[in-house]
Amino acid sequence: MSDHSAVIFERVSRHFGEVKAVDEVDLEIKGGEFFSLLGPSGSGKTTCLRLIAGFDRPTFGRILLYRQDVSTLPPYERDVNTVFQDYALFPHMTVGENIAYGLMVRKAPKEQRQRRVDEMLDLVQLSGMAGRKPSQLSGGQRQRVALARALINNPKVLLLDEPLGALDLKLRQQMQVELKAIQKRVGITFVFVTHDQEEALTMSDRIAVFNKGKIEQVGSPAEIYEHPATAFVAGFVGVSNLVGGDLAKRMTGSESRFSIRPEKIHLQKPDEDTVPGQIVADGIVRDVIYLGLYTRYLVELTGGGDLVVVEQNLETTSMDVLAARGQRVRVAWAKEHMRQIGG
Amino acid sequence: MLRRLSTTLYQRPRLVLALLLGPPMLYMLVVYLGSLAALLVNSFYRLDGFTGQIVRQFTLATYADLLKPANLDIIARTTGMAAAVTAADALIAFPLAYFMAKFASPRLKTVLYLGVMLPLWSSYLVRVYAWKLILAKEGILSWFINLLHLNAPLDWLLGLPGIGGSSLALSPIGVFIVFCYIWLPYMILPIQTALERVPRSFEEASSDLGARPSETFRRVTLPLALPGVVAGSIFTFSLTLGDFIVPLSLGNSKFFIGQAVYSHQGTSGNVPLAAAFTMGPVVIMVIYLLVARKLGAFDAL
Amino acid sequence: MRSKASLGLKLAALGTLLFLHIPLLIIFLYAFTTDEATYTFPLPGVTTRWFGETLGRTDLWAALTLSLKVATVATLAALILGTLAAAAVYRSRFFGRDAVSFLLVLPIALPGIVTGIALRSAIGSLDIPFSFWTIVIGHATFCVVTVYNNVLARFRRTSGSLIEASMDLGANAFQTFRHVVLPNIATALLAGGMLAFALSFDEVIVTTFTAGQQTTLPIWIFSQLTRPRDRPVTNVVALFVIAITVIPIFLAQRLTAESSDTGGG
Repeated sequence: MSDHSAVIFERVSRHFGEVKAVDEVDLEIKGGEFFSLLGPSGSGKTTCLRLIAGFDRPTFGRILLYRQDVSTLPPYERDVNTVFQDYALFPHMTVGENIAYGLMVRKAPKEQRQRRVDEMLDLVQLSGMAGRKPSQLSGGQRQRVALARALINNPKVLLLDEPLGALDLKLRQQMQVELKAIQKRVGITFVFVTHDQEEALTMSDRIAVFNKGKIEQVGSPAEIYEHPATAFVAGFVGVSNLVGGDLAKRMTGSESRFSIRPEKIHLQKPDEDTVPGQIVADGIVRDVIYLGLYTRYLVELTGGGDLVVVEQNLETTSMDVLAARGQRVRVAWAKEHMRQIGG
Repeated sequence: MLRRLSTTLYQRPRLVLALLLGPPMLYMLVVYLGSLAALLVNSFYRLDGFTGQIVRQFTLATYADLLKPANLDIIARTTGMAAAVTAADALIAFPLAYFMAKFASPRLKTVLYLGVMLPLWSSYLVRVYAWKLILAKEGILSWFINLLHLNAPLDWLLGLPGIGGSSLALSPIGVFIVFCYIWLPYMILPIQTALERVPRSFEEASSDLGARPSETFRRVTLPLALPGVVAGSIFTFSLTLGDFIVPLSLGNSKFFIGQAVYSHQGTSGNVPLAAAFTMGPVVIMVIYLLVARKLGAFDAL
Repeated sequence: MRSKASLGLKLAALGTLLFLHIPLLIIFLYAFTTDEATYTFPLPGVTTRWFGETLGRTDLWAALTLSLKVATVATLAALILGTLAAAAVYRSRFFGRDAVSFLLVLPIALPGIVTGIALRSAIGSLDIPFSFWTIVIGHATFCVVTVYNNVLARFRRTSGSLIEASMDLGANAFQTFRHVVLPNIATALLAGGMLAFALSFDEVIVTTFTAGQQTTLPIWIFSQLTRPRDRPVTNVVALFVIAITVIPIFLAQRLTAESSDTGGG
């Protein structure tokens, strides 16, 4: 346990009746890092966030915020603020009043409130919007107000519950960049809940992958992507080919399971020479999906089993790639890209 | 101070629930259910005919009284009236509810909705009073019937045994009309709600499959509107069963349950018999509610 | 495309609507009749003198005052009890939630006479003298549900995370109630309260069993229904009562309709 730990979970469980939403989770989030909780819906990631915020309390275990046990403290006694999935802006207040709320309930002087609200509006690029009502704002603007409101108290940890979920793709990508920039500027620990693996990979310093109330793996985006610790992580983060049993034995001589990323596989002509040290297999292209920047192929292997292969369209056109359908091909990849998978 | 109290409460969610639920439940349990219990208990007491005092001793004598032909007659008359009013209201309500649900534009629907709500909420007593004005011998309805030269049919109607009387205001027919009027909105709104839940595509599918409009109405729309009719009938039936204002204001000297209860507890002070009388509507309504729940009427409420 | 209603259906709908409203118009008409002893139609003449006469009737003023007092206190009780019950049902799932709703609805689902005679039995069994409070206690039983329904519906429409957001930003439970919960349920409270007021102000069936010798305005009208003595004055009172019950209903309707457009946020 280092002095820099912002959040620590000690064997934390949250049961709802028979359901174990969070099941004996141990977790350590360092001060100042951008930390993502990634997982499918119902995996326990949002429950963990609510436990940190204090909206819910653990059935068993302890939660520490900067070494203080907060397990039974109400939300208003925790130095943590939240950006909600639906933003939860107070509909009867203006943007300015919403942002000032945290200072208002702490009875901060009027001038200070005014000054801080202006600073916050500046930070999220909404200067001059203080007088509007939330209902007059666009989705992206509401999201910024929610962010400003949560940051005004200078929390030690900022919790974000799928804050980009309601935005369209373009705005979402823009906000990803902006959120990251704001985090760098304010230097606060961000805990970010998402089910979008791409979002988690782009933004995070570290990621915890959740499944069925437990953490499958914690690591940097590169570690998670390139060295998935479990079959679940390999499948959930990016697309992965999982190969095991007879098929694995034919390719590698061992039955143990491994994963291989689609972009690491090359398509070759069936008669092409193989580079020594590469794994090869023959098959037929069953399906071709042209996706602009790249093309996804589904290859049915001669001895049974499918592989997904992705190739960039550097010099090929859609006509070229679509002509591959039904062709015999050889697939090949370097050994170092394969990952042994336990379980 | 408040902050500490708030934290204490946060740490004890069950205490908060008890504090929130305590006052209203205590009130309803003690005052309302307590009174219903007192009602039940009273129906097992009896009135001493000589002293006029209530004898607080368990007895079935009051229920035996209730089963006298005269009293059974009252129960039968009231139930019959409630059934007739319910049937008539369902018939009258349906076209307007159907129009509101299926044909009215959103704007018109709001207007119509208010048009149904206003009579529902405007004073019940005054609406009864309005019918006293209308049905009076010298009132507007007689004048209108005179104008149309319909006196003969009216006299024939009033001459019918059982439902007739000396004038509309003093006959079961008058009571029937007023009941229909008073409870009508309670029937319109649930039917409209039920019809609105029938997706237009159901009817389109039916006509698409070759059904004539009348067949579509009979085989698709009507069955799907039934929960609404049943929900509405809970009100019309229950309210008619328990009312004594209308038969006291109009009607003839033949009693309804409500009047019996009213006069037994009032003039003769026979609370036990009045209590026993209300057990009739309570039992009928409980059975009715159970049947209605089976038919899915609660969703349309 | 909305298909067209047939002429028959339109006429039937119109007829029903007229049937609902003509009696109310007739009340309006009769408030101006010169006829003192009967309900003659067409009106023998038109006058406004009954309005002045009605204003001078002290028995009416007493009845009106009693009714207003009862309705005010019953509404206050309903506001407190109904809001507490709605908050309890909304914020936690507990055993018997449905039972709570059922118990609150019961007084308006069962015939009024059952509530009336039940309260009368209890009052009699406990030898409690009839008073202002016996009327109020009776009215509160069936007023609670109007507030409860309105407030619960509003709670369910407003985002649950608003309360969490407030606590998260540092407000304790009481500050959250004052700054977030109360402003958001204010119109629901107003609407529920007005309905409760109208319900109590017009109630006669339960009141006849709990009032003893006291006369509320509805009881005064009821006595005129069975034994008409002051027909012209009753006509004016009827018009007045329609106005005083319809206006709050109309406003309550507006309040709930408006906030359902902007609610949630």
